Amino acid sequence: MFGIGLLKGLFTTLKNLLGPVFTVQYPNKKVGLIGALKFHKKSPLEFLRTQPNEFIKSLAGLHEVPEYPSQAPRFRGQDFNWFEDRCTGCASCAKYCPLGIIKIETTPGSRDEKEGSSYDIDVFDIDIGRCMFCGLCVEACPFDALHMGSGFERANEKRKGLVIPVDELRTAIKTPSTWFRPQMEDKNYKPKEKGAEIKDWHDVGRHEQPSDEELTEKWVNER
Amino acid sequence: MSTELVTMNIGPIHPSTHGVFRMRVTFDGETIIDAEPIIGYLHRGSEKLAEERTYTQVVTLTDRMDYTASMTNNQAYILSVEKLSGITPSERGVWLRMIASELQRIAAHSVAIGFLINDLGAWHTPLLYLLREREKILELFEMMCGARITNSYLRPGGVFMDAPDEFWPSLNRFLDEMPNRLDDIENLLTDNEIILARTQNVAILDKNDAINASITGPMLRASGVDWDLRHRNPYDYYEKISFRRPLGTVGDNNDRYLVRLHEIRESLKIVEQCLDLIEPGPVQPEEVPFLVRPPKGESYVPIEAPKGELGFYLVSDGGISPFRCHVRAPSLINLTLLRDMVIGYKIADLFVTFGSIDVNMGEVDR
Repeated sequence: MFGIGLLKGLFTTLKNLLGPVFTVQYPNKKVGLIGALKFHKKSPLEFLRTQPNEFIKSLAGLHEVPEYPSQAPRFRGQDFNWFEDRCTGCASCAKYCPLGIIKIETTPGSRDEKEGSSYDIDVFDIDIGRCMFCGLCVEACPFDALHMGSGFERANEKRKGLVIPVDELRTAIKTPSTWFRPQMEDKNYKPKEKGAEIKDWHDVGRHEQPSDEELTEKWVNER
Repeated sequence: MSTELVTMNIGPIHPSTHGVFRMRVTFDGETIIDAEPIIGYLHRGSEKLAEERTYTQVVTLTDRMDYTASMTNNQAYILSVEKLSGITPSERGVWLRMIASELQRIAAHSVAIGFLINDLGAWHTPLLYLLREREKILELFEMMCGARITNSYLRPGGVFMDAPDEFWPSLNRFLDEMPNRLDDIENLLTDNEIILARTQNVAILDKNDAINASITGPMLRASGVDWDLRHRNPYDYYEKISFRRPLGTVGDNNDRYLVRLHEIRESLKIVEQCLDLIEPGPVQPEEVPFLVRPPKGESYVPIEAPKGELGFYLVSDGGISPFRCHVRAPSLINLTLLRDMVIGYKIADLFVTFGSIDVNMGEVDR
């Protein structure tokens, strides 16, 4: 009979209409009172006292709370994380970048007299306006100094704002992605959790820092 | 009554052209007299760019050719590099990339079906149901390799990193859910009278015409030719896998839709078989260097990409980057028959036929 197929289709859409919602309302979703209290972790009276307007809004289900899509720990994000103490200025990352967007200038230097760590980095600019986030620079880094970031909100109106200068890399909050860093996956590190910031550069390496004796053995005695 | 022929440009920017594609169409009333496809609006010179990048760096370029099926692009390129440089891939790496490429096939076919139905005028409801399923695959890819579309997951010798622990339960959940979702799609679309009236016996592609024009992929199978490179010329470990190859009978737009839908079910079975056979181990052999330097020679390994036979013809002069890289792109070759298929049909059938070919302009123009 003509029309059976159409009715079957309409039944399917009805089923999906009543099913669970898949869409994530990034950046803000509207919630009611219960959702608002859950998010702010406040009692109803406290919420009424501190934010009366928002309390009334939440009664109508119009209070807005931020909502983020779920993000895998390996997600290759925008803000590169760079640990200066690990970096020797070897420029492997700049060499392996398919687009050549990493600019490094070093001066032989003052920082440390140990082998492999005696270069000062003056310029370390990453032009993420041209970056395609393939992560080959991270793969190439032999000392685990450069990591992919985990953010994705670095939109800008000017091209200049898309260049990450060395000062920003030095001072940025470091929540690196675990992409190509199995040692961090072993520690079950999740960059998007609260308090995931890494402050100590020792925590991100594949191996411990070699001692002076080991370095002498490897670089002096064996040669 | 005397009529006048009208020549019209459709595209290059047009919602129905799936990218930047232009057709110069001549109509007599609503009937198509002539349709001339004009391509080249998305040409980025990927083949030339590959000549000045190392073998590993070229993987990132292959992502951007057919951007709905990056994993299979990576696979075709990597197989060619492995043959060229004589690398034996590690077992787990091969299984992982087979799982990845079959998931990618499901995602690519979902896009193909969704936009075909979208072109028919079923605005967005079926499309978004299918994109929702694709989204789950993209999330699996994000867990695996940190990116959703431009994966760059594969490396010569396997993959660069094992899938994380949380990937396997998510994959199992997806495999459990997906057949039900496909039943939904079938209920919604397959018996729908409007869709049948619009697609059945429209733009029939004859078996011999298809073979003569070297059409490959689901389009060829919809015309009734049993030609699947996973079965005829197995690469990776496909000879250890058993799967059916759905065939069409008429070769019209409806058959092309049905073949893709059934191939999704077969891909799910392939992933399940891969999960049974995969064993722990290294994902890339130790001896593979970061900078692959193959000996002089040339190689071509065709694979069954979602859209047809995809292969990278690589010539090496012994250096660190390919001397020449040519892509046999299925989209481009499947597109060549568009004109012969649409002549004599109405203007509304043009877009449906174009959607049923399932081209990706990133791959056509490269």
